[in-house]
Amino acid sequence: MNKLIKAFTKESAVVPFIAILLGLLLGAVIMLIGGYDPILAYKSLLEKVFGNPYDFGETLTAITPLIFTGLAVAFAFRTGLFNIGAEGQFIMGMTGATIIGVSVHLPWYIHAPLAVLVGAFFGGFWGMIAGYLKAARGVNEVITTIMLNWIALHLSNYIINDYLLEPGKGRSYMVDDSAAVTIGWLSRILDDARIHWGMFFAILAVIFYYVFLWKTKQGFELRVVGSNADAARYAGINVNKGIIKAMFISGTLAGLAGVFQVLGVFLNQAVSASPTGYGFDGIAVALLGGNTPIGVFLGAILFGTLSYGAAGMSFGADVPPEIIRIVIGSVIFFVAAPGIIRWFIKRTFGKKRKGEVI
Amino acid sequence: MEQARTVVEMRNITKRFPGIVANDNVNFKLSKGEIHALLGENGAGKSTLMNILFGLYQPEEGEIFVNEQEVAIDGPNKAIKLGIGMVHQHFKLVHPFTVTENIILGSEPKKWLGLAVNKKLAYEQVGNLSKQYGLNVDPYARIDEISVGMQQRVEILKTLYRGADILIFDEPTAVLTPQEISELLVIMRNLVQQGKSIVLITHKLKEIMAIADTVTIVRRGKVIDSLPVAGTNPNQLAEKMVGREVSLKLDKKVAVLGDPVLEVKDLVVKGRSGLNALNETSFVLKRGEILGIAGVEGNGQSELIEALTGLRSVAAGSIRISGVEVAGESPRKISEAGISLIPEDRHKHGLVLDFPVRENMVLETYYQPQFNKNGFMDFDAIDEHATRLVKEFDVRTPTIMTEARALSGGNQQKAIIAREVDKNPDVLIAAQPTRGLDVGAIEFIHKRLVEQRNMGKAVLLVSYELEEILQLSDRIAVIYEGRIVGEVNPAETNDQELGLMMTDYKQPQGGSNIEQAD
Repeated sequence: MNKLIKAFTKESAVVPFIAILLGLLLGAVIMLIGGYDPILAYKSLLEKVFGNPYDFGETLTAITPLIFTGLAVAFAFRTGLFNIGAEGQFIMGMTGATIIGVSVHLPWYIHAPLAVLVGAFFGGFWGMIAGYLKAARGVNEVITTIMLNWIALHLSNYIINDYLLEPGKGRSYMVDDSAAVTIGWLSRILDDARIHWGMFFAILAVIFYYVFLWKTKQGFELRVVGSNADAARYAGINVNKGIIKAMFISGTLAGLAGVFQVLGVFLNQAVSASPTGYGFDGIAVALLGGNTPIGVFLGAILFGTLSYGAAGMSFGADVPPEIIRIVIGSVIFFVAAPGIIRWFIKRTFGKKRKGEVI
Repeated sequence: MEQARTVVEMRNITKRFPGIVANDNVNFKLSKGEIHALLGENGAGKSTLMNILFGLYQPEEGEIFVNEQEVAIDGPNKAIKLGIGMVHQHFKLVHPFTVTENIILGSEPKKWLGLAVNKKLAYEQVGNLSKQYGLNVDPYARIDEISVGMQQRVEILKTLYRGADILIFDEPTAVLTPQEISELLVIMRNLVQQGKSIVLITHKLKEIMAIADTVTIVRRGKVIDSLPVAGTNPNQLAEKMVGREVSLKLDKKVAVLGDPVLEVKDLVVKGRSGLNALNETSFVLKRGEILGIAGVEGNGQSELIEALTGLRSVAAGSIRISGVEVAGESPRKISEAGISLIPEDRHKHGLVLDFPVRENMVLETYYQPQFNKNGFMDFDAIDEHATRLVKEFDVRTPTIMTEARALSGGNQQKAIIAREVDKNPDVLIAAQPTRGLDVGAIEFIHKRLVEQRNMGKAVLLVSYELEEILQLSDRIAVIYEGRIVGEVNPAETNDQELGLMMTDYKQPQGGSNIEQAD
C-alpha cells in the first residue's frame, strides 16, 4: 500500500497529470477566446466517448493503433534511437497485410495469422533498413526514417494502384473474410463498433515490451546500448547488431498497428495522398508515457480518447476539431517541459524556501 | 609588518540541500596576500562554500564580509563586482575563439560609441596582463590550438581582466601534467606577491605543503581545523581530513614475479586522426607485478588500453595473453581470455549511470549461465551477486537497486573494481583508477590493486599522476608519442627524471633497457 501511495506521489507520476490538466485548461482558454463554451465542449467530448456502446467501442478502436505505434517509438527510444519512421512502418504493415489478405486464399486459421505475420515483418523490415543504415553507414536514423516514411507511402500507393485496386474505387479489394480479425459477437454487443483482436494483441504488446526489455538477456543488451553505447561496447555487446535488432522490433510493433487497421477495421487499404498520422501520434504517446509500458498504455488511451472525442466537441459545442489538436499539443508541450510543471508544483503546493536550489 | 588585512570573512555559514547539510555553521577567513587551501574529501562541502562566495548558491544562514563590509552575494556578477574571481575545474571557453576574444567576452572594450569591439585595445590589454603576472599566454592563439595548461591560464586571465583580487581555484591541478603543475604554482606565487589573495580548493596534500600558507580542513560540512601550513605535516592533514588514521605509504612486499602473461609486440594502432597513435610499442607484463605506464595524457595511452581490450582495431603487431594471440579479437573474447579493465572514464565506459547497481555489477557477465536461464535474466542470482560484491568491496549504496548515478565517485569506482576483480582476470588494467577520488578511496583502491598483484595477477597501471605510478609500480615504462621510450625502476627514479622522459625523449641513466617481448 505504501508503495502504491509512493508511486502516485512521486514527481514523475504527478507531472503528466498536471500537464494534462494544464493542457485542458489552456484549451479551455483558447475556446473562450474563440467564443466557444469550454464546459459544454468537454462535456460533449465525454458524452461522445462514453455516451453509447457504439462510440465507446469505436474509441477502443481509435486507441489500439496508438498503443502499438507508441510502443514502437518508446522501444526505439529505450535503445537510444529516435524512430520518426513509425509512420512508414505502419504503412508497410498495412500493405503487407493487404497483399496477403487480398491475393491469397487460405483457411482462416492460416490466412489471418499469415497476414498478421507478413504485415508485421514488412513493418519490421522497414525499420531495419534505417537501423542498418545507421549501423553500417552511420546515417542518422532521424533523417532516414523521415525519408522512408515517404518512400513507404508512395510504394504502398503504387502496389495498391497497380496490383490490388478494385476497379472504380480508390482502394484495394476487400480482404478475404478468412484474413479478417474482427470479433463479430463483441461488435454486435457494442452496436456494430469495429472491435477486433488487435486490441488484445495491443495489451499483449505492452506486456511484451515490459518483459522483453526488463526481464530478458536481449532486452538488457538493448537497454545498455540505449543508455550508454560506450559502456555497451566495452561490455562486449555488439552495438550495431543491437541497433538493427531494435529497429526491427520497433518497426514490427508499428507494422502491427497497420496490420490490425487493415484486418480489423477497414478490411481494405485506401490509396492515400498523405500519411495517416498514427506513426507521428506514436511519438507523442511515447513522450507522454515517458517510454514506460504503463505510461505508453495510458498515454494512448488519453490520446485516442481526445482524438475520437473531438468529433463530439465539434458536434455538441460547435468547436472545430483543430481546437482539440491544440489541447493535445499543449498537453504534450507541458509534458515535454517538465521544468514548467515542477515550477508550478512548487509554486502551488510547496512551501517556498529561500534560496533553494533544485 | 602589521597583521595582514582580512579580505574575506564568512561567518556561521549554513547551507542545506535536500537530505544533507553541505555546510554546517562554517567559518572561513582569508587574509590579503595569502594562499589559503581548502582541504576536504569529495562531498565534504568545500566547493559548496566557495560557490556560495562566488554567488552561485545562497546560504540559509550566515554572513559574508568582503573587505570588512557585510555583503549579500546574489550572483556571480555581484561577486565579480566585489573583486572575486573563480577558476573552475571545467573550463568555460569558446574553442574556435582566440584567447583574447574569450577573455573579453561579456566585458568587451568598445569603440565607435559602443557599436564595435575595440579589438586592438583588447589584444594589448590581454598581452599586458599576461606579461604582468608572468602567464606567458599568446593573446592571438585559438583556444583549440593551446594546451590544457594554457587554457587554464586563460581562465586565470579572465578573472584578472575583470579586476579580481580574490581568486578561487577549484581543483586546478586535476588536469595538468607535473611540469604544468609546477608552473602553475609559480604563477600562484606571482599572483600573491602582487597583492592578490587565493583560495585553493584541493584534496592533494602535496600541493598544500608546496604552496599554501594556511589550510582549512572541512569534513562532512564542518570546519575541523584551520592552521598555518608551516606547523603541520601531510599525515596530520590526512588524518584530519578523513577523520581516522590513514597510511600514505603503501605496505608493499617485494614482488614475486611469475610467468609472462601479457606480451605486446610491435603494436601499431591508429588514433582518431588516422595517424599512428601507437608506434611499434612492445612490453611484457609478468604475473605478480604492477607495471606502471607513465606519460603525459594523449601520448597513446587511451589507444593502448582500447587496443588491449578490443575496442580499437590493431593495425599491426601482436597481443598475447598467456601465449594466446588476441589482437583484433572482440572485447568479449578478450575479456574471456582474462583481461579486466578499470576504465579511465568511469561514467563513459565503466557504468550505465541510469541502471541500478545490481545491473551494473553484471554488465559484462550477464550472458553467462549463472545469470540467466533460457534467455531470461535470473534476478535472484544477480541480486545475490551484487549483494556479495557490495559487501566485500564496501560499496556504500543505500540498496543494490539504487541507480549508479546516485553513488559518490569513490563508491562508483569501488563498484567497478568489485566487478572487474570478481571476473578473476589474469591481467587487470587500471586506467587512472583514482582520478578525482579522495584520500580514503585512493587508499582503498591502491590496497586492492596491490592485493591483486600479491595474488599473482598482473596489473597494468596507466596513470597521469606520477605520484601514483611511483608509489604502486614495480616497474615503470614511459610512453611518449606512442612509443615506450624507456623503462625505470621506481626505487631509482623521481618526478623530475620521469617528467623529463615524459616530455622529451631522454634515456635513463643506468642499465635498465627497454624490455622486448620475444
